Amino acid sequence: MQPVATTFFFYFLSAVTVISGLLVITRRNAVHSALALILALIGQAGLYLMLYAPFVAGVQIILYAGGIMVLFLFVIMLVSIEQSLKEEQFSKLWVVGLVSALALGGLFVAVYLKGKGIFPERVMIPPETSNTQEIANYLYGNYMFAFEIASLLLLVAIIGAVVMAKKRI
Amino acid sequence: MNVQTYIIVSLVKIVLTIFILLTAVAYSVWLERKVVGHMQNRWGPTRVGPFGLLQPLADGLKFIFKEDLTPPHVYKPLYIAAPMLAVVFALTSISVIPIGNAITVGKFSTPLQITDVNIGLLVVLGITSLGVYGVALAGWSSNSKYSLLGGLRASAQMVSYEISLGLSLIGVLILSGSLSLREIVLAQQGTYFGFIPRWFFFQGQCFAFFVYLTSAYAETNRIPFDLPEAETELVAGYHTEYSSMKFAMFFMAEYANMITVACLATILFFGGWLGPMFGPAWLQQTVLPVLYFIAKVFVFIFVYIWVRGTLPRFRYDQLMAFGWKYLLPLAIANLVITALIVALRS
Repeated sequence: MQPVATTFFFYFLSAVTVISGLLVITRRNAVHSALALILALIGQAGLYLMLYAPFVAGVQIILYAGGIMVLFLFVIMLVSIEQSLKEEQFSKLWVVGLVSALALGGLFVAVYLKGKGIFPERVMIPPETSNTQEIANYLYGNYMFAFEIASLLLLVAIIGAVVMAKKRI
Repeated sequence: MNVQTYIIVSLVKIVLTIFILLTAVAYSVWLERKVVGHMQNRWGPTRVGPFGLLQPLADGLKFIFKEDLTPPHVYKPLYIAAPMLAVVFALTSISVIPIGNAITVGKFSTPLQITDVNIGLLVVLGITSLGVYGVALAGWSSNSKYSLLGGLRASAQMVSYEISLGLSLIGVLILSGSLSLREIVLAQQGTYFGFIPRWFFFQGQCFAFFVYLTSAYAETNRIPFDLPEAETELVAGYHTEYSSMKFAMFFMAEYANMITVACLATILFFGGWLGPMFGPAWLQQTVLPVLYFIAKVFVFIFVYIWVRGTLPRFRYDQLMAFGWKYLLPLAIANLVITALIVALRS
């Protein structure tokens, strides 16, 4: 079946992602920020789906929205809300942040206006039925070394966390 | 199939699925009360209807007409949203689960599931992993220490056991080579020696099945892992402050999750709707598969209740130690061995 109303879904999901992204940094209550971040991650997963990457979308939801954010929420729930509401929300570095955000935005606009030739004309869409298999082939075939490096890094992080958390090993 | 028929067919299937699922939820509660009653030498519900069969209806009416109490100290928006989240995620995860062959009427054909996606298993895992938010937010927004502790326990427990749950399924994925639940079932066709079915349980995934079932019990917060609502320590855990229909939503979510877990166990390890076939074509194509599926799911629901009637509750440190020190290594060992065997065979 042909996809329907793709434009609508694209703008809808983008709006969800951008608005909840803004809410993450503007809410005072940390639990609300975390919830907005979950919504942003789910919107992003929807965008992945629209790019014909169902595996990435599923992993995004399982790992980020369902795993990492639960741990975030877990920690935030133990923080006293009354105290954190009184504290200052933004650090003094907001001028630097604004400048770098503007610079990055300018870069995006410049690339959008001038850089038509940078991107390929047509995007290759892998067949929907074998998308996951394609990813496996790339991960364990062409990019095996990079993949293993990443997993080694994660292993180091895990061991480091255990060493730091335990007083006596 | 054009878009209109697709939408109409999907809507019909959604309504039917939710109706069947909620009925199944109501009657698994009845079954649980009846079976546990008999295990404890009691009768269970007997008053409402023959064998107490109308008891779920009476319970539902009672839940609707009870006073819906909102304590003054709760954080209201999330307090109201939490049970809804729990029940929505519990009902959504059933949408990709196939319960039989495709139905064909003339030229028109539709699969017996709301939607047939090729990453079905990932969808189920993703939605169930989001289900923890209902419980965690209920605990936080109730603004009471029992609820908060219950919510914290639930989130810690679900995150820990999700890992062994996911790893235990990878052996099945290696053998079937697909994430689509329909193809996983179809990969289990045939028999050994003519009578042992080639279900993944009999293809050497029995340890994986043990890990899956145990972590699934922990995921659905059932005895012996019902620490989040341990009434001896936490009053009622995360739903202490909930009453009336809001409490019923958590209850419904728990039982709907049980049914989803039972469906997944059937599909992944016990051949889904496959079974001995006989009789005319319509019987073989449509009726028997659905009957086999329901029978297998029923067995798992019964085992759930049986375990509940038999085992005492774990202590919290035992729960965590069991999950991380026994189930996780077992799941990883199963994964490595399965991968090795498959690699050597090919």
